[in-house]
Amino acid sequence: MSAVIPAAATLPPRAATGGPPPRTPRGRAASIGLWVFMGVASSLFSLFAWAYVMRMSEGDAVRLDLPPQLLLSTSLLLAGSVALGLARSVAQECPLAPSASDLARVRRLLVAGGLCAMAFLGSQLWAWQAMLSAQVLLASHPAGSFFYLLTAMHGLHLAGGLVGWAWTASVAWRQPAAGAWRIGLCARYWHFMLAVWLAIYALLRWMTPEAARFICGVA
Amino acid sequence: MAHDHALDPHAHDAHPQSFWTRYVWSQDHKVIAVQYACTAIAVGVVGVLLSNLMRLQLGFPGVFEFITPERYYQFITMHGMIMVIYLLTALFLGGFGNYMIPLMVGARDMVFPYMNMLSFWVYLLSVVVLMASFFVEGGPTGAGWTLYPPQSILPGTPGYGHGIVLMLVSLLIFIVATTMGGLNYVTTVLQARCEGMTLMRMPLTVWGIFIATILALIGFPALFVSGVMLLLDRTLGTSFFMPALVSMGQVTGYRGGSPLLFQHLFWFFGHPEVYIVALPAFGIVSDLISVHARKSIFGYRMMVWAIVVIGLLSVVVWAHHMFVAGMNPWFAFFFATTTLIIAVPTAIKVYNWALTLWRGDIHLTVPMLFAIAFLCTFVIGGLTGLFLGNVSVDIPLSGTYFVVAHFHMVMGVAPLLVIFGGIYHWYPKVTGRMLDDRLGHIHFWVTFVGTYLIFFPMHYLGVLGMPRRYHHFEGYAFIPPSAHMLNELITVMALTVATVQFLFIFNLAWSLRHGRVAGPNPWRAASLEWQTPQTPPVHGNWGEQMPVVYRWAYAYGANGGPDDFIAQNAPPEAGGIEPDHRAHAGRGVPA
Repeated sequence: MSAVIPAAATLPPRAATGGPPPRTPRGRAASIGLWVFMGVASSLFSLFAWAYVMRMSEGDAVRLDLPPQLLLSTSLLLAGSVALGLARSVAQECPLAPSASDLARVRRLLVAGGLCAMAFLGSQLWAWQAMLSAQVLLASHPAGSFFYLLTAMHGLHLAGGLVGWAWTASVAWRQPAAGAWRIGLCARYWHFMLAVWLAIYALLRWMTPEAARFICGVA
Repeated sequence: MAHDHALDPHAHDAHPQSFWTRYVWSQDHKVIAVQYACTAIAVGVVGVLLSNLMRLQLGFPGVFEFITPERYYQFITMHGMIMVIYLLTALFLGGFGNYMIPLMVGARDMVFPYMNMLSFWVYLLSVVVLMASFFVEGGPTGAGWTLYPPQSILPGTPGYGHGIVLMLVSLLIFIVATTMGGLNYVTTVLQARCEGMTLMRMPLTVWGIFIATILALIGFPALFVSGVMLLLDRTLGTSFFMPALVSMGQVTGYRGGSPLLFQHLFWFFGHPEVYIVALPAFGIVSDLISVHARKSIFGYRMMVWAIVVIGLLSVVVWAHHMFVAGMNPWFAFFFATTTLIIAVPTAIKVYNWALTLWRGDIHLTVPMLFAIAFLCTFVIGGLTGLFLGNVSVDIPLSGTYFVVAHFHMVMGVAPLLVIFGGIYHWYPKVTGRMLDDRLGHIHFWVTFVGTYLIFFPMHYLGVLGMPRRYHHFEGYAFIPPSAHMLNELITVMALTVATVQFLFIFNLAWSLRHGRVAGPNPWRAASLEWQTPQTPPVHGNWGEQMPVVYRWAYAYGANGGPDDFIAQNAPPEAGGIEPDHRAHAGRGVPA
């Protein structure tokens, strides 16, 4: 609908500023938008956690034995988060006409970040399969229900992030410096998803029925 | 890319557009606002008609045989949900929010126009899914608008088959739409204000919508969580909320779930929802009163902080909706106390509106009439809220018409009066023409007097002990014949008020072509939306030159110089600087 401003036209030369290009209004708006979205997602997952604690305080709650695949999932998401963080740093340091080695490095890190997230989703599905094999079904007991629900909600959020990652990769593929702020947003979202996952894992792992009853005052 | 457009001060409407891109798949915030408003009004008409069907049964029981108890509950449920979510929330945030925020803060558009467009179409999808439930087997859900389990998903409740599923799916879709819109509103306010437009120079309309949006972004996830979990209980047999029980003689597979958990989640959304509707109304009414009384708003900073404090408090009062569910008395004490504390910032706002009117040059225009009517209605509805905030008073009154009267006055009639006032006020900016004044006066007086004749008697019926949610009242010795006569009166008035809303809709359509040409600023208002180079504003809003703001939006009367007002973007020499202008100095802001 409106004029497209070529990336190069809005990007002051790095040499002129003596550092990473300043963020454009567009970049600042996207950054604020992402913070706000992370606030919404935090509210969502906090409420799920609250519901989990309340539900686990009821008489039919049982402790869940988590499958080992979840540790693999955690490692993969951590690796993806680190890869995208590094990709942002490298992209910010890239000149506007990047060398072949810089370009290859950013691309490798970008792809690694996305692939790790995809592998995380695969590993989560593997964990689901392990739970199903152990006869933990969606309607078996509250801990099982929440396991599938929380991992599904987290996975959907990460899958949405992968759409943003694909867009970022396509923009920053040839011109990492121009896309550095986008990579930064991706990295921030990956860190956030990692933090949410660690919180979910801790909740599933350590929020036993006894602890939940203690918190709810019905022990 | 659209994204650049909102933030690029040099971008303006120079791009050829087809009918489809201009009016259908539009990314212009003004077109999206009108799309939101038209859809919300259309679905609101359905909501009003449903309420009339309920009133026909209550006023003349047995006369209309097609209104069976099952259908009555379906009408109640759909009326409540439509009016609260799909009309009020959508119209305030999607309609007023979309139109007003960029124009009032001096932006060219929302910062994410494409997502803004998606927000409307996803909202429309949620409405279509909701309306589809009228046509499925078993009809829409009759669980009551709170959708409390276990009854909402058990046989015996109307629409427990497809109706409840469509309702929950529609709500989830609506929340996605609200989130997309909300991200836009918050980011636009924080990021796309023009030069000189500090936060403390924004009109109170923007402040109200801004804080309401933040509440929506915090509160709607609670509805999402409860909606997803209830949907799983209904469709996949989980027991998040469903306890072990026997239903219609059959043992269900549910076990151990907590219906109270649903109530907590629902009201964690439900109470902020009251303020999601009320805060934009507070903001809009502040602007209407100031413009039509030709006087600066009294205590601007206090008004802003009152909005913020009300927003904060609104997330720690939810359990006052659950006093009858039973809770630890200390919790009840806590929630009663926080509920009553909200009266303090709210009273500050009411006093400030009254003090703005005090010795103002009051013009009894149609928008002003609606604004003053809001003040009366909101005070009355708020005072009955103080009754219900006390546990010992709430428990006997909770299941009666007193509660129906209270919440209709405070979050039904009061916000709708502001919506009407806002539409009469800004219609000239949206269309370039005035709404017909005579029709407007008829609309106002019938609506104002009529709604009081509907809801005032309900307080009395509630104190009599008349229970709400009943299909008919034959055989209850404690309900005197006079109560039945009152019900007849209420029904007649409900039909009258509903009819006059069609006059309003006719006025909207008729004035589009035949209304008096308004000119750019017919109310002589100071805020930025009235200073656009074109009326109605074109895509991009400001032409070549972005506005620069030098003062607040309330430079009227004695403060406003010989022309009675000074526009926000008039040169600094014109005066009219806000009383606390030194707060803006030293921040690179014109002052």
